[in-house]
Amino acid sequence: MLIKQISVFVENKEGRLAEITETIAKAGVDIRALSIADTTDFGILRLIVDKPHETEKVLRDSGFTVSVTSVIAVGIDDVPGGFAKPMRVLANAHIDVEYMYAFISRDTKKAYVILRVNDNATAAKALEEAGIALLDENGFHDMMK
Amino acid sequence: MGIFKPEIECASRNYLRALQSARLIKMVRNAYDHVPFYKRLLDEKGVSPEDIRSIDDITKLPFTVKQDLRDNYPFGLFAVEKDKLARIHASSGTTGKQTVVGYTQHDIDAWSDGAARALVAAGATKNDKVHVSYGYGLFTGGLGLHYGAEYMGATTIPVSSGNTKRQVQILQDFESDILCCTPSYAMFIGETIRDMGIDPKSLKLRAGIFGAEPWTDNMRKEIEKLLDIKAYDIYGLSEIAGPGVAYNCECQDGLHVCEDYFYPEVVDPDTLEVLPDGEFGELVFTCIGKEALPLIRYRTRDIASITHEKCACGRTTVRMSKPKGRSDDMLIIRGVNVFPSQVEHVLLELGLTANYLIIVDRKNNLDTMEVQVEMLPEMFSDTVKGLENTEKRIEGALQSTLNVHAKVRLLEPGSLARSEGKAKRVIDNRTEVTY
Repeated sequence: MLIKQISVFVENKEGRLAEITETIAKAGVDIRALSIADTTDFGILRLIVDKPHETEKVLRDSGFTVSVTSVIAVGIDDVPGGFAKPMRVLANAHIDVEYMYAFISRDTKKAYVILRVNDNATAAKALEEAGIALLDENGFHDMMK
Repeated sequence: MGIFKPEIECASRNYLRALQSARLIKMVRNAYDHVPFYKRLLDEKGVSPEDIRSIDDITKLPFTVKQDLRDNYPFGLFAVEKDKLARIHASSGTTGKQTVVGYTQHDIDAWSDGAARALVAAGATKNDKVHVSYGYGLFTGGLGLHYGAEYMGATTIPVSSGNTKRQVQILQDFESDILCCTPSYAMFIGETIRDMGIDPKSLKLRAGIFGAEPWTDNMRKEIEKLLDIKAYDIYGLSEIAGPGVAYNCECQDGLHVCEDYFYPEVVDPDTLEVLPDGEFGELVFTCIGKEALPLIRYRTRDIASITHEKCACGRTTVRMSKPKGRSDDMLIIRGVNVFPSQVEHVLLELGLTANYLIIVDRKNNLDTMEVQVEMLPEMFSDTVKGLENTEKRIEGALQSTLNVHAKVRLLEPGSLARSEGKAKRVIDNRTEVTY
């Protein structure tokens, strides 16, 4: 019940983000969600895309440093307190959240949160037991259409 | 400005040559008879001490390098009995052996004479108080200027380095006239004075003698502004004597070499051919005026040029340019000697590639060193923490080998320029020279 996230190392160099995104654009890849972590020295671009395998390949072939990570995607109600609920579940299960990013769907009334945690299996189990649905690859991409 | 030893500093070239010839003949004989290393070296080259009849014959002699000092650690190159040794200094070696140098009383006097000439050239008189903020100890800086100041009859204040607010208080209360320290420490003292809200014009200080590390003319101007003084350069290296081998006069047009003690040559570092005046090459010194450690044609690795033209100050002694780099790739980071090969060794031990770039800078008067390393694809992590841990691991390994902190910055694989010839491994922004 996990989805694939593509992470790309971004040196602090002018035009680097443009080069990365142009590379995947040429391969016809659609970006569903993204976030960037920045430090003074470097950035890490994290992407959820419709074609993770093709994306990974085309970036590697173009010389980028890439990794593929499994992350949790949950859909939550776009109402006050909607996000607090899964956070409480994870806290109670002693899960460390490494990072996360969220966005709102155009069509559904839902918000989506991508979570990178230290223990995917335990986190997934705790969320499901609490009645919070995890999205798989297909489910996620269908919702985003 | 005064001249401490006009009979030498302003002597005719003929007189200097005659003096140098006599001293060279004597020192080569001393080295051959008392240092087995030199006997072997000269025998191998087929040169006998009798072949040395004037200073011109110096080109017949073999060269000495730092490794020879290490190979004969600690006292193997000393030419005198132990009871004649007055002092021992040693360089700050980080890996392997330190280089150890010995002095007889005569040698201490020669060195003190050199440092005294530097002080007088910077305007010091017997009425002045010389504030020595170089470190005291095995390092030659502190004691070199200390003895030089005493030798010329000034009052010495042996403050040593550190405790900057106390330095400032002494500058104020003792009314120091001349400051001696590294240029970076002079900057720091100047900034401390500013931060303490003290007007530098209220200090009696009027000149400073700074050396033991590379510095630029811009830095000189900044020090002069911060401390409201005139800043003078001094050159030395422990193998030859310490500070006082060469020094600025008020013209600040090169550094006058104490060539009656330390005979300078500039050679092509590859062919070892002697180069004419004005051409840059590796600076070589022969310790013609020293007893304990009579080094013959010692290769300093400093790149400089020399000129025999008479200086506007009246001195006739050879002047050397400020060294503009090194013929080896040694870096001096906060007083610690660092070779890029050490960095490379650490990276390879960690399974990294040998593609790296060292960037040296000076920030807030402290040397900084950054090592840019191309990461391996498998090192990449999608978390910041993961990458920072990798950087810290490399930093730890570098620190334990180099004894100096280097910041590590991970780069994408293949992002450093590949060179077909000699790869550029170092950018040193302190000297504005890339080598």
